[in-house]
Amino acid sequence: MKQSLFEHRHMAEWEQFSRTLDRLEGDKNAVGVENFPSDYRRLCQHLALARERGYSSFLIDSLQQQALRGHQQLYRHRSRLGPRVLSFILADFPRLVREQWRFVLAACLMFFGSLIGFALLVYLYPELIYSLIPAEQVSEMQSMYDPDAGHLGRLAERAASDDWAMFGYYIMHNIGIAFQTFASGLLFGLGSAFFLIFNGLMIGAVAGHLTRIGFGQTFWSFVIGHGAFELTAIALAGAAGLQLGWALIAPGRQPRGEALLVAARKSVLLICGVMLFLLVAAFIEAYWSSMTAPSPLIKYLVGAALWMLMAAYLLFAGRSRHAPE
Amino acid sequence: MLETTALPRKATLSLPLDTRYQVETPEGIDLPLRPAGLMVRALAFSIDLMLRGLILGSLFIVLAMLGKLGAGLGSLLIFAVSWWYMVLFEVLNQGRSPGKQWMGLRVVQDDGTPIGWSASLLRNLLRFVDLLPFGYFLGAISCLQHPGFKRLGDIAAGTLVIYREQPLSRPQLPPAEPRRPAFPLTLTEQRAIIGFAERQSELSAARVNELASILAQPLQIRPPQAVAELNGIARGLLGSA
Repeated sequence: MKQSLFEHRHMAEWEQFSRTLDRLEGDKNAVGVENFPSDYRRLCQHLALARERGYSSFLIDSLQQQALRGHQQLYRHRSRLGPRVLSFILADFPRLVREQWRFVLAACLMFFGSLIGFALLVYLYPELIYSLIPAEQVSEMQSMYDPDAGHLGRLAERAASDDWAMFGYYIMHNIGIAFQTFASGLLFGLGSAFFLIFNGLMIGAVAGHLTRIGFGQTFWSFVIGHGAFELTAIALAGAAGLQLGWALIAPGRQPRGEALLVAARKSVLLICGVMLFLLVAAFIEAYWSSMTAPSPLIKYLVGAALWMLMAAYLLFAGRSRHAPE
Repeated sequence: MLETTALPRKATLSLPLDTRYQVETPEGIDLPLRPAGLMVRALAFSIDLMLRGLILGSLFIVLAMLGKLGAGLGSLLIFAVSWWYMVLFEVLNQGRSPGKQWMGLRVVQDDGTPIGWSASLLRNLLRFVDLLPFGYFLGAISCLQHPGFKRLGDIAAGTLVIYREQPLSRPQLPPAEPRRPAFPLTLTEQRAIIGFAERQSELSAARVNELASILAQPLQIRPPQAVAELNGIARGLLGSA
């Protein structure tokens, strides 16, 4: 068949298809497009015919453009965000953490290991802190948690608007750290390991130093509540990063690129959970940890309850087969 | 031990001359995508960077008047703009941030489908690694050595930055009497002759003659008649409208 006859026969169909595409691109929930899939396949057939018969570049290119637009509409990702977010929080996220327990364990060992280890070292040998943190920052830190100064945390008695300011600050700062810890895992996991250990050392140094000089009460009662979510979130972000790096180091039976793609798809879900944890942590930190009214005992009790809650969530949520979907 | 055969690698039959990236669809057709190179992407990124600077600058002037509440909102906004600007635009605006839109680019998945939340989040989080050790060094290296011009974030997320398709206009064929070629033509020869006729208006007359006279001998005609002969064959192949 000559090209002009072919064009003449199908021109109306192609114009119709292009109008359908315009509607679909403008409005994702367009109605009256039931024929779209079969029209698309017909267009693909026309394109294949045109190529096979050696028709002109102009015809093939314009059919190709239509096919590409159709391809993007037919195979676009449809997801209803609402139900998926709910099932992610209730079941999928803790399941994923348990599934990736090796990386989570490794990250926890690096982070909490360096934290506790260095805290003990600084407690026993106080001068060690100055090898990690400059002296003026140490004294700044000291004045923040000074029990005699009569205030807790980073600021004195704060008004509601101060809580707001700190909430924003915590979100920006902590999620930024979590993102860095994750992303640098692409460097064969070295970046994640570095950030995990570095942050562990820093926090451990501060904790050990403040306990040593007798500010332990103000410090621990302040951090124990939000620490449950904040520290775990950093460790999980590190675990996600290590997963990326491991896919590059030991890709198994896949090419490295493929292994990375698969690992990345899972790790980005972990990061979504991490963001969730950090939001909760920032909320607790700004509105509960900064309160001075409750006695330290109550703060410790609530803090312990939060740690248990977090552990129970990660260990047991989504265990049942018929988890709420 | 169980022996498994190695997966066949993606076999490329012949290396393409240009940078086109073929996507094979489930319908069995190949769709060519045109990946965008380092330079145009760098330009798009700088436009986005300036735009973000402007947004933050103007917001800070407003927020400075709100005091402490403004400071909290301000940090939330820095966070949102620095980490989410690209993600939101890419997912909600068909893979185009303002800079990409300006430069005629868009982001798609490797298989040509629109980019989703997780892929966009991933490629933008991993931007942090592309920035290392300074000024997009790793990203640029990765982009320059990859056949699809992917930076590290693109490789991990399975995304591709391509040129958007521009609308085509129907080329005017030069007037000629339809002819039948003296001997059967192969498909590529047919396409070449039709392409010659379609693109003639973009070429100078001298170049048209030069190109056509290459074919004068196989067509067994004198060189000055070659252009008319080729146009005639092209007309004949397309058929009368």
